Amino acid sequence: MANFIQQVVSGLASGGIYGALALAIVLIHRATGVLNFAQGEMATLSAFVCWSLIDHGWAFWPAFGATIFLSFAGGVVLEQTVIRPIQNGPLLGIVILTIGLLIAINGLTTWVWGGAAKQFHGPFSTAPINVGGVAFSKQDIGVIAISVVSVVLIGLLFTRTKLGLGLRAAAANPTEARLVGVRVPGMLALGWGLAAVLGAVAGVMAAPSLFLEPNMMQTVLLYAFAAAVLGGMDSPVGAVIGGLVLGVLLNLVGTYVHWVGGELRLAVALAVILGVLLIRPAGLFGRTAVRRV
Amino acid sequence: MRRPQPKLTVFAVGVLVVIVLPFVLSEFRTVQLATVGAYFIAILGLDVLTGHSGQISLGHGAFMAVGAYTTAILMSSHGVRDLWTIPIAGAVAGGIGLVAGVPALRLSGLYLALATFGIAIVLPTILKKFDHFTGGSTGLALFGKPTQTGHGIGVKILGQQLSNNQWLYALTWTIAAALFLVAWWLLDSRFGRSLRAIRDSELAAAAAGVNRSTYKIAAFGVSAAYAGVAGALFAINVAYVSPDSFPIQLSLYLLVGAVVGFFGSIWGAALGALLILFLPDIVGLLPHVDTKQAGPTTFFFGAVLVVLMLLLPLVLRVGTALSNRGYSRPQ
Repeated sequence: MANFIQQVVSGLASGGIYGALALAIVLIHRATGVLNFAQGEMATLSAFVCWSLIDHGWAFWPAFGATIFLSFAGGVVLEQTVIRPIQNGPLLGIVILTIGLLIAINGLTTWVWGGAAKQFHGPFSTAPINVGGVAFSKQDIGVIAISVVSVVLIGLLFTRTKLGLGLRAAAANPTEARLVGVRVPGMLALGWGLAAVLGAVAGVMAAPSLFLEPNMMQTVLLYAFAAAVLGGMDSPVGAVIGGLVLGVLLNLVGTYVHWVGGELRLAVALAVILGVLLIRPAGLFGRTAVRRV
Repeated sequence: MRRPQPKLTVFAVGVLVVIVLPFVLSEFRTVQLATVGAYFIAILGLDVLTGHSGQISLGHGAFMAVGAYTTAILMSSHGVRDLWTIPIAGAVAGGIGLVAGVPALRLSGLYLALATFGIAIVLPTILKKFDHFTGGSTGLALFGKPTQTGHGIGVKILGQQLSNNQWLYALTWTIAAALFLVAWWLLDSRFGRSLRAIRDSELAAAAAGVNRSTYKIAAFGVSAAYAGVAGALFAINVAYVSPDSFPIQLSLYLLVGAVVGFFGSIWGAALGALLILFLPDIVGLLPHVDTKQAGPTTFFFGAVLVVLMLLLPLVLRVGTALSNRGYSRPQ
């Protein structure tokens, strides 16, 4: 039983990371209808930036803050320079463009930081704390806390502020939003910035347990896609819950189904993606899209 | 219908170049170009699927892996000569492609991209899991197997002694030329016209009596069969397969190749295949860039793709002009 609870908690910790990245994917998908395949690599780049700052003698929290700021700026610049020009082009073109970004950013991180894995010391110790015979790792608790805080902050921004209202309006109906005075292009750029911030949180939280290397987020990206699909591509709440459910599910399946073990977790995530897409494309919380032809 | 004369000329020139090249290039370049031939075939397949039927695949490396492992397993455990494994690899991959084409019907553009991307990421872990078939992480070595034509030494054809590398080159490009002609014929026929009609408007195509499901599934099958043959030739050329021969990067590079070759036009496929192999050399020409490290090359791969997509209208126009002869794509 103790083992079971431990697995659930560490599953929630990884689930928080998947959820944050999934939320980033959903934010962009809702606003622009694009699946950003480069989201994982953007997160890796953020984590490397944070690592470099710490390597130059910064303490963790200032470095984390600076990384968040730089990631936001990077997301906005990316939207302005490469996404904006083909925003209204064919879907295939935008998908391929984000694939290009994936490859380019992956190459850039390898170029600058090298392919060797780096140890990333997070703000939380890996020492366990005992609660009623169950050993929780402080790192897991910390990761869960940070993911929850960032997701709640983004949630508050969207539901409680005028800016958030503008963001939602621009995503839901760009034409009418423009008519009532929302600056839609600015909102889209902001959306990319926020997605980059969420990615940065996910990347920095994942780095201590995964070892920092250029391909670090490749598997996490697939988990995040699975989480987003499970929760419904249009539902921010669904993305977060999808992430947590997936994190716990993968941990339990990996521990108790020996045939799957550690190696086939990715395959389980793929099965989730395919299963949901084929059986219930709207996911758990998404709306079914009805199209007039 | 009596217009494709300039294309025949281009094809003839292309064949001539391919025949002459091994006589002027080093052995090393010859074997590299044999690999380009394998990529060329895979990109042809991707052109049929993504360029013409409009179904995006980010996981074509997976079909190459199916072909490569079919060849490797037949050669090493079942004593089948390498040449005979090529059509079998094409058939197996094609069959899996047909099966995969059925659920793909239910996935619209983005989601198909997502699903195929997932398959490409997961594939190496699955290959490692079923190690009694695939040799696990160690892979399967084929060099010096009795089933290898020429046993890695060389082959005598029509009184001409070819070195092993020249033989691989000749084999790959002969098959590539044949498959190019098949693709040309297919895309110029009712099959190709139906695919383009579906790509441009499913509704209009259905109204015109085109059976969408059949054609889309068939496109998946044809495309996968091409990738399977490409994978078989890849395995024969390198004489070794392992899960790490088929990373997600391979699938993405194939897509880059298809895009560089003016998306949807089989005529540009060779250009894309050449880029995949020679971009490292091109990048090496830049000052202060160390191509012994993987980063810069990868970066420029991505950058090329991003720039091409920003110039997308231009790319599409050239591609359409090359492949469709007057059918225009609604913008």
